[in-house]
Amino acid sequence: MSEEIATRQAYGEALAELGERNQDVVALDADLSKSTKSAIFAAKFPERFFEMGVAEANMIGTAAGLAISGKIPFASSFAVFCTDRVFDQVRVSVAYNNLNVNICGSHAGLATGEDGATHQATEDIALMRVLPNMSVVCPADSTEAKSAVFASAERSGPVYIRTCRLKTPVLFDSSHEFSFGKGNIVKEGTDVSLAACGIMLSKALEAAELLKKENISARVINLPSIKPLDESIVLKAASETQGIVSCEDHSVIGGLGSAIAEALCEKNPGRLARVGLRNVFGESGNPEELYKKFSMDVNSIYNSAKKLLQNGNDEQ
Amino acid sequence: MSKSVSELVDLSRSVRREILKMTTAAGSGHPGGSLSSADLVTSLYFSEMNHSPDDPDDPERDKFVLSKGHACPLLYAVLAELGYFPKEELSSLRKTGSMLQGHPDKSKTPGVESSTGSLGQGLSVACGIALGDRLSGRESRTYCLLGCGESQEGQVWEAAMSAAHYKLGNLCAIVDNNNLQIDGKTCEVMNIEPVADKWRAFGWNVLEIDGHNFDEILKAFEQARGCKGEPTVLVAKTVKGKGVSFMENVCDYHGKVLTGEELERALEELK
Repeated sequence: MSEEIATRQAYGEALAELGERNQDVVALDADLSKSTKSAIFAAKFPERFFEMGVAEANMIGTAAGLAISGKIPFASSFAVFCTDRVFDQVRVSVAYNNLNVNICGSHAGLATGEDGATHQATEDIALMRVLPNMSVVCPADSTEAKSAVFASAERSGPVYIRTCRLKTPVLFDSSHEFSFGKGNIVKEGTDVSLAACGIMLSKALEAAELLKKENISARVINLPSIKPLDESIVLKAASETQGIVSCEDHSVIGGLGSAIAEALCEKNPGRLARVGLRNVFGESGNPEELYKKFSMDVNSIYNSAKKLLQNGNDEQ
Repeated sequence: MSKSVSELVDLSRSVRREILKMTTAAGSGHPGGSLSSADLVTSLYFSEMNHSPDDPDDPERDKFVLSKGHACPLLYAVLAELGYFPKEELSSLRKTGSMLQGHPDKSKTPGVESSTGSLGQGLSVACGIALGDRLSGRESRTYCLLGCGESQEGQVWEAAMSAAHYKLGNLCAIVDNNNLQIDGKTCEVMNIEPVADKWRAFGWNVLEIDGHNFDEILKAFEQARGCKGEPTVLVAKTVKGKGVSFMENVCDYHGKVLTGEELERALEELK
């Protein structure tokens, strides 16, 4: 993997491209447009960009009103400020109204690093996932992020798009398309499955390489559409391999791991190990060091898979 | 649609009757704040706003956001009177399966522009509608009704700031300043005065009116239309429970409905 692009960069570029194609697309930001990259759209379409200042609640409500007037708004900020901080505004003005409002939270998870726990959204997926009408997307690379922006504009209800501060490997070529409710197998495998979203997908791929050295065949599954979830790819993995390790830069409560657990428990119980933050806040530091500290690095995924397989064998 | 003052007097009386009938039938709801805003909203829908029940999705329509969503019995009475849905629906308020929810639901009720009920959110939505309509080159105007207690929500002032910043001359807010909220007098619960000065400081064209005087209300809406460069707010002095002697200025009627016997007395007064 030579090329690295941040998904937030892809978001800004996709938005600007979308603005070219569709005059109804508008964007809002709350004094973080240079960070979320909505500034790329703003530079191209200043008349369709609304700087809302440090007032996120009003930004969300304004986005709802723009949608009522027929526009297709994309409102962005750090993930903590456009989900956690404004949960009720998103709930009532956006989700209850079932409007085509697209909310993009950048700087999600431990990847936010040095700014510390206040700025690391580690419960945003859980919050957005619980809202009726809301779809939740966490793209794994820049190709997928672009495609997700285009798909979100087309979707009639609200969408939460989660992007990442860090540059991450470009995993997919331009033929890769994001679809709501669809996951894809990035690497075939038969012993264990690693199901990941966002920045964790490339870590899952690395963990699969480590497992391969021990003759363990790991299937790596990309699940960018956390809601609606691709249940069939999850259930298939549960029945065709000995278990699933969910990998997310988020709390293990309410996020991708929970979504997988819900699908498994209701449809066809299978073994699951969850890699993510375990009921704690993050902290300041270099992201890679934080992933290690909180047992969310490549080795932790590898260890979780091994443990899952060993426990599975114990039970047999 | 432009009703005269004498017609508005009759219409608002009939709207008040429906508010009381439907809330008593429901056994719960918010009659007090519905009555205090009744003359303002009746004037809006029957004399000021450009809209049609036959074409509720016309993009060129004027739009109204009821930010104080608990006053929806008022909105429902007005919409039914206009023919957005059959009047018989009013008796289903708050009942299972009803199109008339306890707080406004855009997806269930024809004519409701935005779901509201969690206070403080409506003015932001109205700002967004006004921005979008202006961007689309429409002449349409957006109106938003806020409560005085609601003005304690910080988001109201975020929205006030942004409406002035974006010079939303096509936006008109109305504050139903009845000085009562659930826990008591607004000035004692959390004082919002001097409320007109606050809006002025935020860059709005402020018109202080008697919210039960139709001449003043209609004149204020006309002045608001003429003010192109900044948003207008009508700070309307109103009486909670207005129109029924034993309900006026009684805090409890914020969220308490009339008994059958009280309803009869009230309807007698509103004949």
